Amino acid sequence: MDKITVGLPKGIYYYYYGDMLKYFFNNLGINIVISPDTNREIIDEGIKYSNDEMCYSLKILLGHVSYLKDKCDYLIVPRINNFGKKDQTCTNFLSFYDLIKNIFNIKIIDFNIDYLNLETEVKAFIQMARKLGVNKKRSLKAYKVALEKSEKKLRKEIFKNMDKLNSPKTKLLIVAHPYNIYDRYIGKPITTFLEKMDVEIIYADKFNPKITNKLSTCYSKQLYWKYNKEIIGSIKLVSNQINGIIFLSAFPCGPDSLVNELVIRKLDLPTLNLVIDDNDSLTGIETRLESFVDIIEQK
Amino acid sequence: MGNYFIPVKYLLTKCLNIKVLNPPKITNKTIELGVKNSPEFVCMPFKYTLGTFIEDLDRGANVLLQAGGGCRYGYYGELQEKILKDLGYDFIYINLINGGNHQICKIYRLIKKIDPKFKIYKFIKYFIITIKMVKYMDKIDDYIRKNIGFEVIPNSFTDLQKEMFKEFSKVNSLYKLRKLYHKYFKKFKLLQVNKPKNVLKVGIIGELYTIMEPFANYFLETELAKMHIEIKRFTNAYYLLFQKRKGSKKYLKYASEYVKYKMGADATDNIGRCKYLCENGYDGIIHIKSSFCTPEIAAMPIISKISREYNIPVIYFSFDANTSEVGIKTRLEAFYDMLEMRKNK
Repeated sequence: MDKITVGLPKGIYYYYYGDMLKYFFNNLGINIVISPDTNREIIDEGIKYSNDEMCYSLKILLGHVSYLKDKCDYLIVPRINNFGKKDQTCTNFLSFYDLIKNIFNIKIIDFNIDYLNLETEVKAFIQMARKLGVNKKRSLKAYKVALEKSEKKLRKEIFKNMDKLNSPKTKLLIVAHPYNIYDRYIGKPITTFLEKMDVEIIYADKFNPKITNKLSTCYSKQLYWKYNKEIIGSIKLVSNQINGIIFLSAFPCGPDSLVNELVIRKLDLPTLNLVIDDNDSLTGIETRLESFVDIIEQK
Repeated sequence: MGNYFIPVKYLLTKCLNIKVLNPPKITNKTIELGVKNSPEFVCMPFKYTLGTFIEDLDRGANVLLQAGGGCRYGYYGELQEKILKDLGYDFIYINLINGGNHQICKIYRLIKKIDPKFKIYKFIKYFIITIKMVKYMDKIDDYIRKNIGFEVIPNSFTDLQKEMFKEFSKVNSLYKLRKLYHKYFKKFKLLQVNKPKNVLKVGIIGELYTIMEPFANYFLETELAKMHIEIKRFTNAYYLLFQKRKGSKKYLKYASEYVKYKMGADATDNIGRCKYLCENGYDGIIHIKSSFCTPEIAAMPIISKISREYNIPVIYFSFDANTSEVGIKTRLEAFYDMLEMRKNK
């Protein structure tokens, strides 16, 4: 029998579960293909399949799916609902599976994370492996190894991020979802430009999620989006050590539109609110970044 | 939101010693106020309700009510409160639902603060009456929607409805309410309608606020009635309050070849409804939403797919502050002509 190949699009959920899925499938001896970094072709492909009001990140995800559709036997698509009552996700995370299944005609293995209905992460991974013919014992072991490895990697990154706080340069905190800031087309040009300007960038998502989640209540008591809580909480964590904050979101992100507005109204640090859409030109954004950095440095 | 302020006002005036302001009719000024003060790409209901709040506060209100729901709606309250406080208003803000949790004790304490004479048993009695009232209103609304396009005497339906609301807000027992309901239902049935056998039937699905607030959808239902179309609408307050939990599961099972998981807010329901409309001989489907409504956007590709498979046309309307009424009318007329042509084939 030929070896099974599973595909993982480098879109939204890759940045939360990518590492873990990679380790998990490597451990089980199943091939995993990951789509390349976002490029213009992928975006165009994504726009072709999506409808015009979808958020930019989702369009990119559909582009990645379209790239992978002939290159693998199964595509991994999760449905992430919640991690508890006050840790929900954006409604787009709920509809990945049905959306992709109805637009593309491909085989999908899905996993469902829904803690309120007792669908835990472990259960989700084991069920996913069962569909590929792996027994429970092996998959549980692989899950544990994957979890340990990815946590180790995250700890390293958090350590690196914390280390940056001690540098003498101007320090800017970037508050953005990981799927925006690490994307080749949305966030990368901005971070490289800032690095060129000799600014130290601190990523809001690279802190201990347990701490930041709790700290988010300083800004908003009713917030119930897990991923937003984590990036907002980091502002409180480091607010004494940074010079300014950049909010970066994709157009038209639902949770960000409300949360960022609220936080900006409550902060007394200098802030810049950037919204990225599928326009190619970077010049406007670069001008805004430049003037923002200038203002901060003259203070 | 539509006519639902009547039961809410009834409940509040009956058991609290306060004055309830009628919400002003939403006008262009309301929208302008809302748009000016809200973030750029939140969905329309946020802007509309914020605009209404500002107008209410200007007229002297000092307690505001806001509910919550399954998508972004649950988070409206906190940001709106902050925006209004930043504008310099002073008021008490009651958020009925907090991230999916009904905070009964907290609300009770707040109400006690507003009105120390508040009695809980009185509240329960009137609460039950209010719920019944909403149910009856929705039932009569359903009947009106089916027939208003074919009325013989113009405005006979709306006039009778207005009269009914007036009577409704005077009742103080369940028995009287039921009697009134039957009386008016008979009256509605006696109204003359001229309904041909082979009429066009259209179902309206979509995001709840835009469906229920006539101003938000630019009086789409009235427009359709003028074209002599029978309208079927699923979303109403009674469904949202009491039948949603069960209904969602039913729809999920019903449309299981298209959806496997719940997709948040009304998206799954709408997919189920779309299938229902396709299978039950409706001529067309109108899907309306406010722009940037995330759950509905995710449902749209699936609805398109269903309509392709059953060969029933769908038209999408996405409402924004800048939407022009003429544009909507033109599209609606074209859609109507198309349906008519298909029917006559």
